[in-house]
Amino acid sequence: MALLEIKNLQVRVEEREILHGLTLAIDAGKVHAIMGPNGSGKSTLSHVIAGKPGYEVTGGEILFKGEDLLAMAPDERAAKGVFLAFQYPVEIPGVATMTFLRTALNAQRKARGEEEYSTPDFLKKVREISKQLNIPQDMLKRGVNVGFSGGEKKRNEVLQMALFQPSLCILDEMDSGLDIDALRIAADGVNALRSPERSMIVITHYQRLLNYIVPDVVHVMSKGRVVKSGGKELALELEASGYAQFEDAA
Amino acid sequence: MNVALVKNDSGPAASSVFAAAQGRLPGAGKVADIRREAFAAFERTGLPHRRIEEWKYTDLRALVREVLPLAGTPDAAALARAKAAIASVAIDGATKIVLVDGVVALELSDLAALPSGVSVRTLRAVLDEQSNESRGDLLLTKASDPMLSLNAALATDGVVVTVADGVQLSSPLQLIHVATASKVARSSRSHVLIGQGARAALVENSIAAEGAAAYQANDAAVIWVGDEAALSHVRLMRDATDAVNVSSELFTVGAKSKLSLFNMTSGGAVSRLQAFITLAGEASELIVNGVNLLRDKQHGDMTLVVDHAVPGCTSRENFRGVLDDRAHSVFQGRIIVRQDAQQTDGKMMTRALLLSDEAEADSKPELEIFADDVSCGHGATAGALDDSLLFYLQARGLPEKQAQALLIQAFVGEAIEAIEDDDLRERVIAAAQDWLEARA
Repeated sequence: MALLEIKNLQVRVEEREILHGLTLAIDAGKVHAIMGPNGSGKSTLSHVIAGKPGYEVTGGEILFKGEDLLAMAPDERAAKGVFLAFQYPVEIPGVATMTFLRTALNAQRKARGEEEYSTPDFLKKVREISKQLNIPQDMLKRGVNVGFSGGEKKRNEVLQMALFQPSLCILDEMDSGLDIDALRIAADGVNALRSPERSMIVITHYQRLLNYIVPDVVHVMSKGRVVKSGGKELALELEASGYAQFEDAA
Repeated sequence: MNVALVKNDSGPAASSVFAAAQGRLPGAGKVADIRREAFAAFERTGLPHRRIEEWKYTDLRALVREVLPLAGTPDAAALARAKAAIASVAIDGATKIVLVDGVVALELSDLAALPSGVSVRTLRAVLDEQSNESRGDLLLTKASDPMLSLNAALATDGVVVTVADGVQLSSPLQLIHVATASKVARSSRSHVLIGQGARAALVENSIAAEGAAAYQANDAAVIWVGDEAALSHVRLMRDATDAVNVSSELFTVGAKSKLSLFNMTSGGAVSRLQAFITLAGEASELIVNGVNLLRDKQHGDMTLVVDHAVPGCTSRENFRGVLDDRAHSVFQGRIIVRQDAQQTDGKMMTRALLLSDEAEADSKPELEIFADDVSCGHGATAGALDDSLLFYLQARGLPEKQAQALLIQAFVGEAIEAIEDDDLRERVIAAAQDWLEARA
């Protein structure tokens, strides 16, 4: 059984059909890259998997660990192991990052019937992870993402991945807005989380990110559908030839 | 003040309440004269209504309809119920002053063990002293307002507190108003003097004992903060869900002093705190923070009038209203800068968070500036919870209600953070959390 099975997914946003029968299967432990031009539906796909309101599923289904994902609220999906690393992480002034992390982690553990982390254990865990990602402690005392640069926000998303240990990580254009060094640190953090029990969907326009996070499978999306799948060489082909050829195939 | 010529519907009921109270109210001679004049002043308008500008959003005549009779002196059973009620709000180590249905309850208060430099007398004792026949000034104030006039007419008791010059109190004074009787009114008037160079914290609670319902509270406090002194005043209004509470506070602040006022209203059917603050001494600092947490059909009103009478003072007002269901929150902030009050720095910000379609927030900032070298500003916003923030939190595992609670906590947090005392601040945060949990 694949970890994630998307079958013939049709999604409408504000009266417009964005996904036109998308089918995709991801096995545990695999990293799948999804590439495609603007408007191909990549972000829509990631938002629908995470459960963002405003997206109407008009057909098809998504099974996560064999269960109907679309029937679950976003917080249920998180507890089951879905993690969306946002392209534009939001700022939440007045909610200290540590408070947010602890509350979220314990909410997920509670939903799974697991014991909540004691505060000292939790602090220890966060300190370990933030050290690896080069995130200074005092940043975590601030409001969530408040005053964080683009790179720092992305690293904060990776910190959360390391903390929540999700089964499926969706990295929505992680490279956008990052310089080479920031990209490397974030990618290292992501690579450290690769495991046979964890799958990743790496959404990106550019091949460069895939030099750092090497995928097992590459899919090309166009006009709301997967139009080609292949190995990591496919990404290099795209870099050379562009997306135009796939626009016609869609 | 506009005195509109409107038919006075609350007339007969109010005057019989006043007549019935004679004989119970402390103070004879001049004091009694002042009470009569005060009642006459009240009768000219009756319960304030929407055509009086200061009350346009809180039409007491429509919301309350009539003035209820004064509560009787609490008996042993009432005092026992009051004692049980204060257990949940009493602060460890604080000097408690408890008023039950408007009457000082000596046995529930800590008046026998006052900290050095603090003196407390009951208003009743002060007014009943023969030599104080001329102390009607205790019932007078510069501000004219129908509810203040009614308070002067009917004030049954209260406390006169003095913190001597230079005294630095290490624990708070706590004034606890407890209602034990139903369908009656209470009227208390207190005076607090913070001497020159003194520092004090005054906590004021308004609560209901078990069984107390549909009561009316009209409490007033006249507070003087001397030169180079500091007062931190934290008020928590948590009356019974069908009660009415109109509280008036009048402050006069001396030079180089600091007054910080925090009020949180989460109870009552109709609550209003009206604070009149005169910055009478140069180089003083005023910080006012208010939080309304309202649901169902609750009505909460915070009305501030800050008078920069002299140069060089700073004032900051920060109000947060959270409204659910069909609640109604009102914030009125008037800043007056007199002609001589140069170098005034006065800022006001009011924000309302609407959690439902039927909730209503009214905001009225007013700046009356007569000096020309000042820095003043105001801002007012009203809106709903940010959907993208909510989704982010839910996508991280927080169920919807918990995500909302976290954001609401952040919203009121900035006002609550202003409370300097750690213990007090934690208490207020816990009270806000209780309100949020009851939503779930």
